[in-house]
Amino acid sequence: MDMVSALSEARKERFAWAGFTPARRREALYGFLFISPWLIGFLIFYLFPMIASIIFSFMSFELSKPDEAMFIGLTNWTLLFDDSTLIQSLQVTFVFAIISLPIGLISAFLLAVLLNSSQLMGRNLFRTLFYAPTMIPLIASVLIWAQVLNPSDGWVNRAIEVFGFDARGTDGLRWLNDPSRPGLVWIAYTFIGLWGIGNAMLINLSALQGVPSDLYDSARVDGATWWRRLLAITVPMVSPVIFYNLVLGVIGLLQYFIVPWVLTGGSGDPNGYTMFYMVHFFKQGFIFQKMGYGATLAWLMFFIALVITIFLFVTARYWVFYSGELDS
Amino acid sequence: MTAIAQGQGVARRKRAGSLSRVQLQAKRQELITALIVTGVAVFILAVYLMPMGYAFVTSLKTKAQTSAINSPILPSSPRQFAYEGENYDIVFVPQEDGTIEEWALVQPRRRGASDFIDIDNPEAGIIKWEGNWRTLEKAWEPNIQWSNYPDAWNFINFARLLGNTLLYAFITMIGMVSASALTAYGFARFRFPGKNILFILVISTLILPPQVTDLPKYAFFVNVLDWGGTWWPLIVPAFFGHAYHVFLLRQYFMTIPREMEEAASIDGAGPFTAFLKVILPQAIPALTASALFHFFYAWNDYFGPLIYLAGNREAQPISIGLAEFNGLYSTEPQLILAASIITIVLPLAIFFFAQRIFVQGIVITGVDK
Repeated sequence: MDMVSALSEARKERFAWAGFTPARRREALYGFLFISPWLIGFLIFYLFPMIASIIFSFMSFELSKPDEAMFIGLTNWTLLFDDSTLIQSLQVTFVFAIISLPIGLISAFLLAVLLNSSQLMGRNLFRTLFYAPTMIPLIASVLIWAQVLNPSDGWVNRAIEVFGFDARGTDGLRWLNDPSRPGLVWIAYTFIGLWGIGNAMLINLSALQGVPSDLYDSARVDGATWWRRLLAITVPMVSPVIFYNLVLGVIGLLQYFIVPWVLTGGSGDPNGYTMFYMVHFFKQGFIFQKMGYGATLAWLMFFIALVITIFLFVTARYWVFYSGELDS
Repeated sequence: MTAIAQGQGVARRKRAGSLSRVQLQAKRQELITALIVTGVAVFILAVYLMPMGYAFVTSLKTKAQTSAINSPILPSSPRQFAYEGENYDIVFVPQEDGTIEEWALVQPRRRGASDFIDIDNPEAGIIKWEGNWRTLEKAWEPNIQWSNYPDAWNFINFARLLGNTLLYAFITMIGMVSASALTAYGFARFRFPGKNILFILVISTLILPPQVTDLPKYAFFVNVLDWGGTWWPLIVPAFFGHAYHVFLLRQYFMTIPREMEEAASIDGAGPFTAFLKVILPQAIPALTASALFHFFYAWNDYFGPLIYLAGNREAQPISIGLAEFNGLYSTEPQLILAASIITIVLPLAIFFFAQRIFVQGIVITGVDK
């Protein structure tokens, strides 16, 4: 919302520098002085690299051979269409997103509902404990999950055996490297992701606390069940936050890297199921040091993120409910 | 359970008046709901934190147990029996009469009878037992390997990793918070041309995928400045602030009443003095949140060190060291898990002490946008 008001302000802004009183000029000078760290950083670490990155994408440029760098026109861009690993990585990333995003978003929402429940005893303690895994450094949680998912001794397979399935046998569940079961490794990665939903959960929680309780009271008077109240009041009231988490989640998944990198070293095992977009980018750019093609992949990622974000914002009109709209 | 509750309800109803009877029933209903909701929460929490339990339990096992088939869930080692100066594993051997005896397996043989000793009657000497000794269940006894922790600490060279990580986190934290606070104050209080456009740029950098700037930055740091294998590419950018912190601090500064700075300026203080003496002391909660967020970011940072510190093991932070340890010691899960738990302790401890500050910061940056 801050973004929207800033945009409208920017439109109104006049460059009235000449008409400024000395006091206003002094104020503006101090303003620039205060923001100068960020402004200089923006130029050095964002603007110039972005321009360079666009230029790179039209070049053949290997970091080890800077003398051989040259412009090759659109070759990098047409190369995208012949890159079978790229196609694979896009498929893997999108299928994984379709599996893990709903699970993550719904878990964060339902946990927030639970932690907001007035019937829950020891609410603050539960909130702390449910948030705690989010504080675990990602590498440590990846390693812990890799072990708890191990086929022979891990507690996940042991728990599944309790329900009578043969999870630990020769044809057991090898969560992280079973080439014959597509999707299993994605489910495993989704589990790992569930240890990172704390922030989404907290934001949901703070939105839940802002839902006016008289809405629930009148629904109760009308005889609405818990489930009905959840769908008809809670979900719409919290939908802006779910939307926010969805956009963040999509952007985050395009950059999904550390989990597959730590577990597979970028091999894509099993069977290419973990060749995520960012893994492909990292190998091209940093391992093979192809600055030109790497930059092209980065910009393709940018455009994909942009298109998806715009698409989400367009569809948001149909399912995201801003309570502010009631006033107007 | 409901039947009991109803039964008690009937008993109470006889004693209490009609109004309080309704109240009592409502209260009891409330208590039951609360118990159910809390029970569900406990169950979900147990499932959610289960990997932590596994990690802790396994980190106390012997290496032999982690690779043994059908070993107990809790840290244990095979029970042994000393016979003529040697130690032998104890196994459960089914007898012809249907009972099960505890015998020590002295000489396992692939074919024919294996040699055993009855541990209750070693004087009887070697007993031959026909059958496959591999089918026999081993006797285990609790055996907690606390030594895995010092072992993991030493193998991973944790002291060096910790020193590197703390140094990196603190230096960049100072740069990040001070640069971001200056910028945030500029945006919060001063009018200057292009301010709104610039603030939109601040927010845009949050949404921009870092990949579009990564490669040129890398080429610049490594090829032009020759900073490959050093901390400089990780430290220097922090001293120019980051949109996330600028946004967080600006939101907070805007809530501080202007009168305080006006009073200071009447006393002759310039904008920098007002910033240092008035604003910063008022904004300590937000500054702490910002510092903590950055500390955790630096503690977790994997990508930056991965690309810039490649080839310089001396400079590695914990994240890289731990991932590398996982590759080198993949046959020793108990050490990997012990090392992981060592890594977790400090961040979790800080979180438990400072959670209030944390939660506020997340909500400010998450909802106000």
